[in-house]
Amino acid sequence: MLTYIFKRILNLIPTLFGVTVVAFILIRLVPGDPVMLLLGERGADPAVYAEMKQNLGLDQPLLIQYKKFITNALQGDLGTSLISKRKVSEEFIGRFGATLELGMAALLFAVLLGIPIGVIAALKRNSLIDYFLMGTSLVGYSMPIFWWGIILILIFSVTLGLTPVSGRISVMFEVDRITGFMLIDSLFSEDGIDAFHSAAKSIILPAVAMGTIPLAVTARMTRSSMLEVLGQDYIRTAKAKGTPVLKIVFIHALRNALIPIITVLGLMFGSIITGAILTETIFSWPGIGKWIVASINARDYPVIQGGILVIATMVITINFIVDLVYAWANPRMRGGLK
Amino acid sequence: MTNNIAEIFNDLKKNKGALIGLIIIIFFVFLAFFGPMLSPFSESELSQHLLQDPFWGSKYNANHLLGTDDVGRDTLSRLLYGSRVSLFIGVFVTILSGFIGTLLGLLAGYFGGTVDKIIMRMIDILMALPSILLAIVVVSILGPGLVNAIIAVAIVSIPSFTRIVRAGVIDEKQKQYVQAAKTFGTPTTQIIFKEILPNCTAPLIIQTTLCFSDGILNAAALSFLGLGAQPPTAEWGIMLSDARSFIESSPWLVTLPGLCILIVVLSFNLLGDGLRDALDPRLKKGK
Repeated sequence: MLTYIFKRILNLIPTLFGVTVVAFILIRLVPGDPVMLLLGERGADPAVYAEMKQNLGLDQPLLIQYKKFITNALQGDLGTSLISKRKVSEEFIGRFGATLELGMAALLFAVLLGIPIGVIAALKRNSLIDYFLMGTSLVGYSMPIFWWGIILILIFSVTLGLTPVSGRISVMFEVDRITGFMLIDSLFSEDGIDAFHSAAKSIILPAVAMGTIPLAVTARMTRSSMLEVLGQDYIRTAKAKGTPVLKIVFIHALRNALIPIITVLGLMFGSIITGAILTETIFSWPGIGKWIVASINARDYPVIQGGILVIATMVITINFIVDLVYAWANPRMRGGLK
Repeated sequence: MTNNIAEIFNDLKKNKGALIGLIIIIFFVFLAFFGPMLSPFSESELSQHLLQDPFWGSKYNANHLLGTDDVGRDTLSRLLYGSRVSLFIGVFVTILSGFIGTLLGLLAGYFGGTVDKIIMRMIDILMALPSILLAIVVVSILGPGLVNAIIAVAIVSIPSFTRIVRAGVIDEKQKQYVQAAKTFGTPTTQIIFKEILPNCTAPLIIQTTLCFSDGILNAAALSFLGLGAQPPTAEWGIMLSDARSFIESSPWLVTLPGLCILIVVLSFNLLGDGLRDALDPRLKKGK
């Protein structure tokens, strides 16, 4: 197992290195001069322009710029935003809480609904209920979430007036940042439970929009994984012994069916970030996704570069952990993967 | 894994979902080809009737079956024209990514060693970046527009083709018919394209279907963010984002284009699921 882990880590290094090169080069290919963008309407006096370029370090050769980017990144310094003049790492951490909170709410929605749906569909295999549940899941899986978000707003905010249209909490409440999770921080604010109520109402729609595709994937995966497990000898033995059905399902089958489900959810991290970009844009959710889209429009090099680097590193790390867990649970996989 | 077309089709016919998907796809292709002839107005023709409801609404104008948008363009006509754009996107994304992805997969799988390492490292890097994020960056380099959005979405779709083909090639190349072809001195390109590739088609067909739906979905998302096709093109993603400001007064204006995207994507996924059941021998035995 140790050699396996070591081999996998060795394989990760070139990929991570490649990501830094890609992030660095791609961003410099984006047309538009960040210095001009910063100078804006004040016009471009050549002397001011040159000075600014020097201050930003953009006058140096690309290789030097890249070396600086890498050395700093390894020390956790991702540079300074050209627009806000704040450290990219600080801005990232400030917004990451919002995205993480939304992502966790979305995953919770997906798992809490998806696993029971999958289990029921598997138990009622090829019945009307199964067809209905799997049909609905496929609709969810095909959902254009940028549209789904708007439809949810249309139904629950515009027509029924149940939830706010955008943001994390009503502007009426003042919440100090403690954990970065609005649902927790709001409880510590002056208005306590009222503020929490507002935050909870704000997160429901974006979480549902973002969680719909993961929900569909979880339900489909749970069903097929359960079907595989339910067909195995030990389940038949348990049935023959007269073990109650519920016990068979939850104690014997579901526990073993969970491994592939967790694997799939782990590997979905990348698509969850994709979901965050679209969901945050629609619901004006002040997280990473919205921030990166805004930064691309503003040609804020360090932000996009740092953002891509951090997100890619997270995706690679999570995939790595999922692989390890899988290999640990399934020794046959260790030889095959190199 | 050799399947003849008739057998696949027979399996498909038994799968109601796949059949429904296939029928919707044929209908969609039909609309894309004959849409302009069927549509009452052109995609950019303006009228004085602004923001009319569809025929089931109260503010309905008999000339416009599905209502009009904020500058008086006919929604039905624009939806019909939009089907062409979506079909165009799906076809080109699939051809582009399928061609490049398959080629890379064949090379990596057949030659192995350093070639494999370099190609798969590149694929790993592509896969580490969330698809929409990568597509957004590519589009901001190339500039917004339909063709560039297609290129961006195609790049994002390459990895799945490469991985599927590579796995198939690694499986096939150890088999005796490939060894035999080698001993006969068959040229390498012929072994790859004439011997191995035809035996990897089953998973490729499934991937093609899924790429089509993913491509349409991603391109629409880019248009929605203002990075894909540009107004006044009648594209479903643009129609959707244009209509957002009128969500309270004309909810159908935002509902209909999204519904079109959903139905088309769903039909390709239905077909893909059906094909998987029909082509995967392991699943067949289980039934």
